[in-house]
Amino acid sequence: MTDAASTMFTLADRARIVAEAEGSTIVGVHFLRQTPVFVLGEEALLFAPAEKRTRVAVHDGGILASAADPSRIVTGGDDGKLVATDRDGNVETLATDERKRWIDQVALGPDGAVAWSTGKIARVKTGKGDLREFQAASTVGGLAFFPKGFRLAVAHYNGVSLWFPNAAGAKPEVLEWKGSHLGASVSPDGRFLITQMQEPTLHGWRLADAKHMRMSGYSARVRSISWSHDGGLLATSGSEQLILWPFDGKDGPMGKQPTMYAPSPSRCTRVACHPKQPVCAAGFADGTVLMVRLEDGALILAREADGQSVSALAWSAEGQVLAFGTEQGDARVLTL
Amino acid sequence: MTDATSAADPAGKIPVTVLTGYLGAGKTTLLNRILTEPHGQKFAVIVNEFGEIGIDNDLVVDADEEVFEMNNGCICCTVRGDLVRIIDGLMRRKGKFDAIIVETTGLADPAPVAQTFFMDENVGAKTKLDAVVTVADAKWLKDRLKDAPEAKNQIAFADVIVLNKTDLVTPAELDEVEARIRGINPYATMHRTERAQVAIKDVLGRNAFDLDRILEIEPEFLTADDHDHHHDHGHDHDHHHHHHGLKHYHDEEMQSISMSSEKPLNPDKFFPWIQELVQTEGKDILRCKGILSFKDDDERFVFQGVHMILDGDHQRKWKDGEARISRAVFIGRHLPEEKIRKGFESCVA
Repeated sequence: MTDAASTMFTLADRARIVAEAEGSTIVGVHFLRQTPVFVLGEEALLFAPAEKRTRVAVHDGGILASAADPSRIVTGGDDGKLVATDRDGNVETLATDERKRWIDQVALGPDGAVAWSTGKIARVKTGKGDLREFQAASTVGGLAFFPKGFRLAVAHYNGVSLWFPNAAGAKPEVLEWKGSHLGASVSPDGRFLITQMQEPTLHGWRLADAKHMRMSGYSARVRSISWSHDGGLLATSGSEQLILWPFDGKDGPMGKQPTMYAPSPSRCTRVACHPKQPVCAAGFADGTVLMVRLEDGALILAREADGQSVSALAWSAEGQVLAFGTEQGDARVLTL
Repeated sequence: MTDATSAADPAGKIPVTVLTGYLGAGKTTLLNRILTEPHGQKFAVIVNEFGEIGIDNDLVVDADEEVFEMNNGCICCTVRGDLVRIIDGLMRRKGKFDAIIVETTGLADPAPVAQTFFMDENVGAKTKLDAVVTVADAKWLKDRLKDAPEAKNQIAFADVIVLNKTDLVTPAELDEVEARIRGINPYATMHRTERAQVAIKDVLGRNAFDLDRILEIEPEFLTADDHDHHHDHGHDHDHHHHHHGLKHYHDEEMQSISMSSEKPLNPDKFFPWIQELVQTEGKDILRCKGILSFKDDDERFVFQGVHMILDGDHQRKWKDGEARISRAVFIGRHLPEEKIRKGFESCVA
């Protein structure tokens, strides 16, 4: 803990402890309306409303990916199943891989559409239940729906394919950049596409003209990114501070320096921007969770350092509740 | 855990054994032997997706063997992207297995697999490469070394070589194939087997990439060779003693270079030299290892490397009476021997 942290305003003692660090690693957290739901590394979701916590079994094995909209959480498992769980804990299997291959990636789109990938194959099930399939040249590293139009970014080796699932037979446009792309995200205004690379860099394209941008200087692979409430900033993990790239101008971050807040003795592992306010939560490898005001970098402590690595972080839809979990299985909820 | 296979790691890292070998050498036979022996260990097994023979294990993952180049300007820095993904996924089930075994296809180059453990931070933090185990076919290896560069790569890269199907060749043929292996890789531990019957502790828990375990790098073959020059005519050879009666074969393409110095080295000369060497020749250097004595330094320095990736650290204090001899070995393809030897000699303090 730094000197700054010890004098920092803290809300850490107000957090409700949902699970202690004894169980399965926490790999994600989502909100179904007001209910925080933690995704465990194996088998189950942990519903954590204020009254009581409930464990809901969803997979027969490890949980590899998860995504949520306000009504459901969709998870992919190493049992080859794609499973949707609703607010009441009802579980529905949406798809089962015929060869029990891992469901590596999951993304949710407009009108109830869900996308997932198994190795090189990306699939989409539309809200009406139609199934579409796209085979990438190599294993899919990330999936992201565009904010407008029924279009999906499929990241893989050496670039990203932009796929219109409803345009049968149309060849996806490919944005090329050498290397392994392990995550994809489209900016909320639909102007930029960002990928997380195997190297400690982000790559980006301005979609209007496919102009490249590289965001580098990280000490580790960037495993977590989050767009600010107005889309003007991209918050990123992977460094010993919170790194924020400017996306408000027409050139995005091209030729600009990032803003760096919350210098820390340990590495930032998770980021989650507040849905309504210029605030970003940042989780670190030593267990610290901070709320960072994006105007001036002012900090509020939400979780004290204890050596557990923060592995899940999310805000409720209105932003009154912050939930966080660690690799060691500690799960907490802080109501503001 | 009852024996050496447990390979407990203080940092809690899961040991990973890479199983290679040319098509038909007996990889899957060895794998199934490892899995079915009553050792009480649980394994996660990563196999290639085209594997045809059933694997008798709960946790089996299909891999695509997808190799890509890192964007660091180094063309030999290739990494198995599928392993990055699979190990990340397997770690969610930590506690369900004690070790990971990666079986490669018969045509695979072991280097990208090994490099994945050095180049991906998450993989390196949670797992550690234990050893590259290569299964070789005693009957056909000799031919494969001529026509299959992959087979030669796998032999050169190995920490442990299981020379299998020894029942299909004569003792003389066996000696010859072993000598050919030694001509490429004199440092790997070798086991002669039928139907891949080798003790589990001889293939797992080897710590071959662990700097603390680089104790001896005296090439077995070269010491044996010294003894044997006199024995080459007319003596009965005991074929169970592998180090005797071997002819020296020189492989035209793949060689090893072994160097030593009784004078201490100057670290300010050695480090720039080896950095530059692996930068310029790293594509052709498959493996390197060394134990070094630096001037005015009471601790042994050890290093090891895969292509351009180097790893090194002080290991322990030199013992009283221990000869402070610096040794280094390089295994690679068409290595510029003169240049490497002169370079090493120029590092003497």
